[in-house]
Amino acid sequence: MPDPLLELRDLSKNFGALTVTSDVSLTVLPGEIHAIIGPNGAGKTTLIHQISGTLRPDLGTIRFAGQDVTALPFERRARLGLARSFQITSIVPGFTALENVALAVQARSGSSFRFLRPVANEEALNDEARTALDSVGLGRVADRSAAALSHGEKRQLELAIAIAMKPRLLLLDEPLAGAGPEETERLIGILRELRSRYGILLVEHDMQAVFALADRISVLVYGRVIVTGMVDEIRGHPEVRTAYLGEDALA
Amino acid sequence: MTAPLRKHALALATLLALAAAPFLGFGDGFALSLLARAMILGMAAVSLSLLVGGAGLVSLGHAATMGIGAYAVVAFDAAGISEGLIVFPAAIAAAAAYALVTGAVSLRTSGVHFIMITLAFGQMAFFTTSSFSSLGGDDGYTLYARTEWLGTRIMDNRLTFHFLCLGLLALVWMGGNLLLGSRFGRVLRAARENPQRALAVGFQPYPYRLIAYVMAGAVGGLAGALLANATEFVSPALLSWTRSGELLFMVILGGVGQLGGAILGALAIVLLEESLSHLLVYWRLVFGPLLVLSVLFLPDGLIGAPLRLRAALRFASPKRRNADA
Repeated sequence: MPDPLLELRDLSKNFGALTVTSDVSLTVLPGEIHAIIGPNGAGKTTLIHQISGTLRPDLGTIRFAGQDVTALPFERRARLGLARSFQITSIVPGFTALENVALAVQARSGSSFRFLRPVANEEALNDEARTALDSVGLGRVADRSAAALSHGEKRQLELAIAIAMKPRLLLLDEPLAGAGPEETERLIGILRELRSRYGILLVEHDMQAVFALADRISVLVYGRVIVTGMVDEIRGHPEVRTAYLGEDALA
Repeated sequence: MTAPLRKHALALATLLALAAAPFLGFGDGFALSLLARAMILGMAAVSLSLLVGGAGLVSLGHAATMGIGAYAVVAFDAAGISEGLIVFPAAIAAAAAYALVTGAVSLRTSGVHFIMITLAFGQMAFFTTSSFSSLGGDDGYTLYARTEWLGTRIMDNRLTFHFLCLGLLALVWMGGNLLLGSRFGRVLRAARENPQRALAVGFQPYPYRLIAYVMAGAVGGLAGALLANATEFVSPALLSWTRSGELLFMVILGGVGQLGGAILGALAIVLLEESLSHLLVYWRLVFGPLLVLSVLFLPDGLIGAPLRLRAALRFASPKRRNADA
């Protein structure tokens, strides 16, 4: 078995008396899609926050690419190659699609303490940004204002930004949220292409998508991982049925 | 016309008009000193606009940097030093140092807290200058002589001073635009619109904001040193929080979306104040409502007015509407 890209060990987090994360241990291997499912309020997004560095866990360690990153802030982890997308789309609305992506390229190519040269003319940045936009199928709207994109296009743009960071791990928090059926198809296609290049930790409500994409699935209930397994194991697991899936999702 | 030229047409036209003004009947001492005041305040307003419109940092203490620049001039004057190569760099450095120290603290907060903390620092500077009894305390200090440059008194000539202020204003405006279009400026703008996104791709906004804050402070110091020379009198009123509010109003009236707006805003307010105060005793009664109306009907500020007007005319003309449909 290869060394895990991401390894959570005994992660715990409380908000006052409320336990939101309880002894969570899991790994993401290179080239693997590890999905986290669970009912609303199970603590999925809180877990993503701790992995990306926007929340500090009370206990436990987070190792990324062989390095303990538990104490590193969000932006330092990003520079190490941990790219995250948000449940609620997070882009720079006043920038063009291209500039949104070029910002991510800029973050990993040279100093940004340069004060006079017009950045819009830096073709090296723009070329890489265009490649990332093309890879999610947004090449034709590169020069459009990000605010003017459709909801699905904004979700694709967020993926392009993550790709442009040349990350090693993608943390995707409900990338399909709010997308229509056609957009969902397109996004699933994009995610399927990404899987070979990155490790992906995927939080998603759309069960069809999770079963279609994931290599392994962890089920989170009340902040605790009740089971981790391959797709078929999870489908058939009795505790999962009662805790989360219900009869419909398995039909 | 190329796109950048069109974007900056109104600001460029204003700068050209300022260059022509002395030869078009505004060459007397009174008009020149009024215009110099407007250009100097415009410089400070452009630097504030860099913070407000560029970095999203609404400072209510920007007048303090101007006051520190002005007080540097009078402090050297009291010590018998009036050489510009000493006085001006010192004024700029003092204001930048003030911005560095106060910015390092203020920038740990955001939103309303940032406004309040910059106001508090501004008030501290205000009361500090009031207590300088050797520099006149509350009464202020009358400058013995304008700053010299290598022993020559070039700043005493009003026309020379006019073009010096204009040149520096143009330089500050161009420099600010270059800054906003650079790598540095892109990080600043991204962090203004969506700090979470800036962090997510790996940028901690704090150092970028602090550098911008210090740069704006340095320009404020330069404007203050010029203002001390223009009026030949400096008092703590220069650092009062109402003065900071006025600078902020110049930025908003002119339009926060573009640095050039601050130049228009400063000119409009200085000239309007002057003309209204001649017409009416209670001129502030008219001034206030005028400002309210301008904010309500010109949300993009004066610099956005031509575009807005064109859009309104398009909408009003039925022929054009049919043609578009």
